[in-house]
Amino acid sequence: MGKLTEIRWHGRGGQGAKTVALLLGDAALSEGKYIQAFPEYGPERTGAPVQSFNRISDEPITLHCHVKNPDVVVVLDPTLIGPVDITAGLSPDGVVIINTNQPASELKSKLNLNGRKLYTLDASTIAVETIGRNIPNTPMLGALAKVTGILSYETLMEDTKKKLEKKFRNKPEVIEGNLKAIERAYSEVKGDE
Amino acid sequence: MAKVLDDAAKAAQGKATKRALTGNEAVALAMRQINPDVVAAYPITPATEIVQIFSTYVADGLVNTEFVAVESEHSAMSATLGASAAGARAMTGTSSQGLALMWEMLYICAGLRLPVVMPVVNRALSAPINIHGDHSDTMGARDAGWIQIFSENSQEAYDNLIQAIRIAEHPEILLPTMVTMDGFIISHAMEVVEIQSDEDVRKFLGTYKPERTVLDIDRPITMGGLDFTDYYFEHRRSIAEPMINAKQYILEVAAEFEQKFGRKYGLFEEYKMEDADYAIVVLGSTAGTAKIAVDELRAQGVKAGMLKIRVFRPFPYEEIAEAIAKCKAVAVMDRSDGLAGRGGPVFGEVRNAICDMEKKPITVDYVYGLGGRDIDVEMIKSVYSDLQRIAATGDKALVTYLGVRD
Repeated sequence: MGKLTEIRWHGRGGQGAKTVALLLGDAALSEGKYIQAFPEYGPERTGAPVQSFNRISDEPITLHCHVKNPDVVVVLDPTLIGPVDITAGLSPDGVVIINTNQPASELKSKLNLNGRKLYTLDASTIAVETIGRNIPNTPMLGALAKVTGILSYETLMEDTKKKLEKKFRNKPEVIEGNLKAIERAYSEVKGDE
Repeated sequence: MAKVLDDAAKAAQGKATKRALTGNEAVALAMRQINPDVVAAYPITPATEIVQIFSTYVADGLVNTEFVAVESEHSAMSATLGASAAGARAMTGTSSQGLALMWEMLYICAGLRLPVVMPVVNRALSAPINIHGDHSDTMGARDAGWIQIFSENSQEAYDNLIQAIRIAEHPEILLPTMVTMDGFIISHAMEVVEIQSDEDVRKFLGTYKPERTVLDIDRPITMGGLDFTDYYFEHRRSIAEPMINAKQYILEVAAEFEQKFGRKYGLFEEYKMEDADYAIVVLGSTAGTAKIAVDELRAQGVKAGMLKIRVFRPFPYEEIAEAIAKCKAVAVMDRSDGLAGRGGPVFGEVRNAICDMEKKPITVDYVYGLGGRDIDVEMIKSVYSDLQRIAATGDKALVTYLGVRD
């Protein structure tokens, strides 16, 4: 198998952790990559901690076990830090991307990073300002694409537009808002240096 | 969702396209391309989406199917086999308790030689209640007279379902056929699936022209008559015959599928078995994870191999015996516990297969993954290291429960 990237999404039920994994999978496919996208199925309820996963590779993926050692962890809700061990199993050169309005330096002490990189984005504010609701998943997808380079900006914008056009045919403002959110995420995501 | 999937198929316009689909979506799409005359179904997790998506195809007029929303799986199979007896290409889909509730009708469907095709999303049986993937449900139906085909991933579920129509309806077979995939692990995971165009799939399937049906008043027949000691035995014996002969026709359908669509299928898949000293025999999604374990062990110089059973009924006894004959030690992986007192059902079949061989590998059983318990590369590698030790010392546990807490 070629270079395989494993991603774990942390969110709360209703924040779109599953949807964003599916969006990423679909967009990566349109770049010719092989993908997997799957949520963790448990007693999920609105507001309860949930996880979803992606595998992305240049070659077919045959693994069908859980993602235990992700290369990237994305946290859609900063209140999960503490109650959920978000760095569990994170690979030694893995990265963490968190939706927060706090500076990275303040978060670092709460996380068991061991030198691994932390990126932050105030995705909730972006979502409220662009989409009109606190749905941080699309801006966080933009942040992930920027930080990891796993997906080109053009592909992400094009594919998200295509996907949303099917779902929100009569709500162009939702499509516009989501695209704007990704655009802002691209320029606003920050590293911890 | 149905609309999106339909667009995907339309966009294909005569050529295959790669799509990101869950196992359930891929199977529902295959059903749309099959365009059965009748589908009767009742929802059950994790198979619900299949018939839910399919019912939207019906509502949107994308298929000509008569969709019967029934009140239970017992009725679903009753209506499906009734439609099949009337000459329809009939399908349903289910999982776990739903399949268990069909039990009575499964035997009737096979006994009447009705070529019903049914996707089954493998899920644990109660009690306790569990919605996740293991093979207990399908294994419970292994002696019902159905052909059983297991799928490793969404692509195989799609391909197997299409082939299943040809297999079930083959004039030399005429047996109902179930195509399985692992619950959630495959049914709810999005993967890349190559979808053939509607036109190509329909050309491959052809039109179903049953030789005899109960609605053919010019040539009336009796189905499901009363047989006592006088004829029952002969009729049951006549069901055994097509099951014994089915293997060659299943391979013929696979060869034609490969020629048309380029993907190769057999009764089972051998992965690095040519010179393997240590092998595992496995079904379903775990086979994919096992391939990585085999690759990693091969890189360390361990002669590891893997045999993935695709067709469980009829069981390829002679072929599997030949494939594992030269191994030193073989582990059979059972994702259900037959509670027979000696490991799972796959173990019994593999031991049966090699029983008469003069020189045979040491065989052991691993019951694993019940109720969807995860099995990863490291766990599978631990099985191979057990096999190496067993081959060297002869010291073995016949049945091991892998990944269970004491």
